[in-house]
Amino acid sequence: MLVIHCPYCGPRPEPEFAHGGQAHIARPHDPANTTDEELLQFLYLRENPRGLFRERWRHARGCGRFFNAIRDTNTDFFVTTYKVGERPALPGGAQ
Amino acid sequence: MQKFSGWSLLKEAFSGHQGWKTQWRRAAPKAEYDAIIIGGGGHGLGTAYYLAAEHGLTNIAVVEKGWIGGGNTGRNTTIIRSNYLFDESARLYDHSLKLWKDLSQVLNYNTMFSPRGVMMLAHTVHDMQVSKRHIHANRGNGVDNEWLTPEEAKAFCPILNIDPNIRYPVLGAALQRRGGVARHDTVAWGYARAADALGVDIIENCEVTGMRMDASGAIEAIETTRGVIRAKKVGVVAAGNTSVVMKQAGIQLPLESYPLQALVSEPVKPLMPCVVMSNTIHAYMSQSDKGELVIGAGTDAYNSYTQRGGLHISAHTLESICELFPMVRRLKMLRNWGGIVDTTPDRSPIIAKTPVKGLYVNCGWGTGGFKATPGSANVFAHTIAHDEPHPLNAPFTIERFRDGLLIDEAAAAAVAH
Repeated sequence: MLVIHCPYCGPRPEPEFAHGGQAHIARPHDPANTTDEELLQFLYLRENPRGLFRERWRHARGCGRFFNAIRDTNTDFFVTTYKVGERPALPGGAQ
Repeated sequence: MQKFSGWSLLKEAFSGHQGWKTQWRRAAPKAEYDAIIIGGGGHGLGTAYYLAAEHGLTNIAVVEKGWIGGGNTGRNTTIIRSNYLFDESARLYDHSLKLWKDLSQVLNYNTMFSPRGVMMLAHTVHDMQVSKRHIHANRGNGVDNEWLTPEEAKAFCPILNIDPNIRYPVLGAALQRRGGVARHDTVAWGYARAADALGVDIIENCEVTGMRMDASGAIEAIETTRGVIRAKKVGVVAAGNTSVVMKQAGIQLPLESYPLQALVSEPVKPLMPCVVMSNTIHAYMSQSDKGELVIGAGTDAYNSYTQRGGLHISAHTLESICELFPMVRRLKMLRNWGGIVDTTPDRSPIIAKTPVKGLYVNCGWGTGGFKATPGSANVFAHTIAHDEPHPLNAPFTIERFRDGLLIDEAAAAAVAH
């Protein structure tokens, strides 16, 4: 079981949280003029990396707020968690 | 290939079992092959076997980064069934089930396929409606499936608890009698041995690190930890690592990889004659020939490559198992483990050509790939050999996600992962 640091509430056990998949995926601004390829990218294509991954969580059985995290999918260790609107660099400096 | 039979066993018994030969060669990579399969699990080895046996392509290699059958082929709960809801799936999985039937004879290797029946429980009115819809859809596709009352379910599996006063009482069950289990390792070994006998090179400890395309954009070679290997055709069958491998060719797929867990109990005398699955309370169990109860748990909530999974996930499944089968409550669990499953948004596989010429992919089997091993390998070999999908896997394209032609088994899975 993971211990996840909610940026609002601090460390809490994993069952309090809901995973929301890859972070920073923006809904197309103009759906009527979005191509099939763009919709495919938005709806279905995911990074699924073996390594550092930006992902979204919700403290569903706590404060209820959404936040984002950087986690290493090789080890499940969290690099950091951060509030919506922020975007800390990955270790090594990459955005 | 040294043929296995009662006579060969008897002969070896008289000579102290000194004459058994290695079942496949330890091949080193050649500079070039006609086709390369990336991934030495059941699906990949099976693909190599059918390419050689049915399509005459014998200059082929299977490259595996670890040891063969060490991924999900050796980590699953070995359940085999074909009672899928949609026409496309029912045809594909039933093709596989039919191949399972004769696989031991075809490969001259005992896969220990045991069609002991797969019983899927219904606990709510909704479950009953869904189960009966499944039964009718299956029968329409020529797939056997029948409805059992709770008493009939208990007669089929005597250790099942049908007390109406439990939290999720058993209201009935759907039974596929042709379903069952097989020994997982033998599937990898049987295909490896048979493929090797036809000239296929099985190269272990060989991780793919890159892919090379020629000027026209077609696949030309793969880069591995054991050197560059050229081939005009490359099939990727890398299960949970498919996204990682395909990224080397610049292709992003609609896949997410999750740890899926299973666990086994200490071995006990035969007590469970069939496979029982429950979607609603998420539990499934069967008994191996060694006597261990083989129990399938769920996936973690988040994508990961750790091959572990959280303990609370398997604990949740054990709570359900203890309610459904009270007599196993005091059994100890021997081991639990995880495998990395690649899931698609519609929970149906992708067996298809890719935008790169000569590169093919067979992935997205998610939580239920073992049962499909022979069928998947069979149609994927056809796809690679003819550069065209077999009619059975034609609907399972990558483009279906763009075109809205999903095969939405997500709502129809045996257990809700």
